[in-house]
Amino acid sequence: MNLKLKIWRQKDPKTRGKFVNYQINNISSDSSFLEMLDVLNEELISKGEEPVIYDHDCREGICGACGLYINGRPHGPDSLITVCQLHMRKFKDGDTIVIEPWRARAFPVIRDLMVDRGAFDTLIQEGGYVSVNTGSAPDANSIPVKKEYADLSMDAAACIGCGACVAACKNASAMLFVGAKVSHLALLPQGKIEARDRVRHMVAKMDELGFGNCTNTGACEAECPKGIKLTNIARLNREYYKAAF
Amino acid sequence: MVKLQSRIPEGPLAEKWSNYKSNQNLVNPANKRKLDVIVIGTGLAGAGAAASMAEMGFKVKSFCYQDSSRRAHSIAAQGGINAAKNYQNDGDSIYRLFFDTIKGGDYRSREANVYRLAEVSNNIIDQCVAQGVPFAREYGGTLDNRSFGGALVSRTFYARGQTGQQLLLGAYQALSRQVKKGNVEMYPRMEMFNLVIVDGKARGIIARDVITGKLERFSAHAVVLASGGYGNVYFLSTMAMGANVTAAWQCYKKGAFFGNPSFVQIHPTCIPVHGEYQSKLTLMSESLRNDGRIWVPKKLEDAKRLQNGEIGGVDIPEEDRDYYLERRYPAFGNLVPRDVASRAAKERCDAGFGVNETGLAVFLDFRDAIQRLGKDVIEAKYGNLFQMYEKITDHNPYEVPMMIYPAIHYSMGGIWVDYELHTTIPGLFATGESNFSDHGANRLGASALMQGLADGYFVLPYTIQNYLAHEINIPRFKTDLPEFDQAEKEVQEQLEKLMAVKGTMSVDTLHKKLGHIMWEYVGMARNKEGLNKAIKEIADLKEEFWNNVNIPGELNDLNVELQKASRLADFIELGALMARDALHREESCGGHFREEFQTGEGEALRNDKDFTYVAAWEYKGDDSEPKLHKEDLNFEYIEVKQRNYK
Repeated sequence: MNLKLKIWRQKDPKTRGKFVNYQINNISSDSSFLEMLDVLNEELISKGEEPVIYDHDCREGICGACGLYINGRPHGPDSLITVCQLHMRKFKDGDTIVIEPWRARAFPVIRDLMVDRGAFDTLIQEGGYVSVNTGSAPDANSIPVKKEYADLSMDAAACIGCGACVAACKNASAMLFVGAKVSHLALLPQGKIEARDRVRHMVAKMDELGFGNCTNTGACEAECPKGIKLTNIARLNREYYKAAF
Repeated sequence: MVKLQSRIPEGPLAEKWSNYKSNQNLVNPANKRKLDVIVIGTGLAGAGAAASMAEMGFKVKSFCYQDSSRRAHSIAAQGGINAAKNYQNDGDSIYRLFFDTIKGGDYRSREANVYRLAEVSNNIIDQCVAQGVPFAREYGGTLDNRSFGGALVSRTFYARGQTGQQLLLGAYQALSRQVKKGNVEMYPRMEMFNLVIVDGKARGIIARDVITGKLERFSAHAVVLASGGYGNVYFLSTMAMGANVTAAWQCYKKGAFFGNPSFVQIHPTCIPVHGEYQSKLTLMSESLRNDGRIWVPKKLEDAKRLQNGEIGGVDIPEEDRDYYLERRYPAFGNLVPRDVASRAAKERCDAGFGVNETGLAVFLDFRDAIQRLGKDVIEAKYGNLFQMYEKITDHNPYEVPMMIYPAIHYSMGGIWVDYELHTTIPGLFATGESNFSDHGANRLGASALMQGLADGYFVLPYTIQNYLAHEINIPRFKTDLPEFDQAEKEVQEQLEKLMAVKGTMSVDTLHKKLGHIMWEYVGMARNKEGLNKAIKEIADLKEEFWNNVNIPGELNDLNVELQKASRLADFIELGALMARDALHREESCGGHFREEFQTGEGEALRNDKDFTYVAAWEYKGDDSEPKLHKEDLNFEYIEVKQRNYK
């Protein structure tokens, strides 16, 4: 396939960025999207130009490192996958593809398509855990968990922290990310003990870090590569009200 | 000659670890606050160790090359984690897990270490459940298990097909709690480039800030490597793109011995290679072998038609299918250990029975399981894996059989450590995949997560105290010592040298060349001639690399190509050591298969008389050959036999 790429290039957080056009030819439809970018970078390097910088690591959709807008959609046109799992067969020969970094105040651009998602780590540090020290745990089967709750908890825990929810949201809200962690732990007996403090602290920190508000539009759910449900935001709100009174 | 001291505690096997803990030195709480520990890597071993030591009161500095500690490659482990809980009442025990692991490793691991691993496996499950890891449950609320290769019991705990992710998030969350408390300082996007040794002890590191390109110095009373495996020496592997050997390799060059470098695992169930531009391989969890049946056609003409794309797997009638694992290994069937399954696939494909256009693939078929259990049950068990397969290959595995082929997946070899996970450099420890210790010549499925967390949560935080107890009088020290100057200078010079080459070949092109040499000659089947050839070709490649690599951009800046080039420089040197190790070991064992040494039926033929030892290599300078040290393995509690899965 032959494609025209419009890629966001930005030197550093302070320099203004701009779209740059590239033509790329002879791409196999079986190659992955990032492999297509690898080919582009090889060409740039051979011409002595600087390659396009983007985050990626596991290339199997689980580490959460990759994340790009492709034609305006986080992780591109396919559903329930990350950019690294997207394959070129989803595009047509001759297409123009627009590639941008996540755009959110809480995720400043570092260079080109690479952004700083450290705010997500800060959010987890506010209480996204169970306070249990190594070595003090009782026998695993002494904490029975109803299968239904274990499954719901796993649904929420599947979040990979990629930031697509924030990127998809018109307000750059982190409600789905926080809702997923609050739900994962609130649905389990182990996490219930600290549920009140957890939700209060995480929500306060979310506001402080510059994430926007939630208006229940559902763009986050639509673009989440792991299919995290909007019901987790509902549960976050319930947990928050419970903690407030 | 340096005698390798394994420091295995006295006493009967089952009491060694408790004896050790009862008699070891500990550090009192007031002193713990005064001691700093550097941990390289934030996978299960690194995050587990950093969090646990911080909980105890040590001050920890935690480093990872990724943008967040939550992204370490432990996250990609799919199938599960073993433990000897015997919750299924199927006769499991600590001894049986120990036995299976030693046997699975083809009798090339240390009894005492493996027994300890089996012993703490149960604590791991308890700990993870207490952290809120959402393991799969039965309807009664208790934990569910499944089976993995090399075992006759169901001892594998799992969280759908994302067990590694859930365990890692548990460790990451424990680590985050300690960051918040101020006991851990996090350094993401920071890569270790050198080890600093002061008065013979590991006292710090030189790290490079990935974003600014600046070199920085960090001091500590001990350094813990948890930097993972080196599968990317093959270019194509199931490792994360950034996974590298640099931290471990720099420690090797500073005096840490490297154990069994040629022992790498080739995982039987990966999505086959599809083209020259491919960047990595994707694993399909071994758990699929619980319900999937592996086969190739019986008739060569059917294989030819599959290879030409004239027919698909579903067109071949039952009587013309060769379920070769069930045929060759009736007792374990599709659940033989990974090395055995991988070699069997290669044997069939080499004989011309491969099922895709390259002839390098076999079928993994769920037809019978779907008929027996229903599509819903299969979807609940493996849904995310099936989805991943379909997204990558565009084939629906509910309707047509999956195609799989072996790929590089794990390194059993690594930095040599004693029972305390202490390397040959005092104050330097190695954990998880970065050490060589527990898996011998082949790792069983669901045992990597077990070992990572065992080392991280339950072993290292104890054993390191036996060392740190002697360091309590050393006050925190600055990084202006001449040893730090020298270590930083070495890194600076190496990076400048790389930037100065200004050649014409990209890093990836050279890395692919290395990968081809390694896969061809130091891969699934090795022989003397090929290994000698590999050593020569790698030497040529090294020269080509240092004369012709092209790195655009600036030295003191975010420079991905420079990052990749410096990793490749170390991979090239490692590749030579792997070939040398494979050449010297004139036997077949586990993942190390020398074609000259096989039974009449094509099984690995060990030479216990001459090779029941760990090969620990000592660096002797760039222009000298490394020196081989041998740690003899003594089996007191297990009878050493030829592995039999028939």
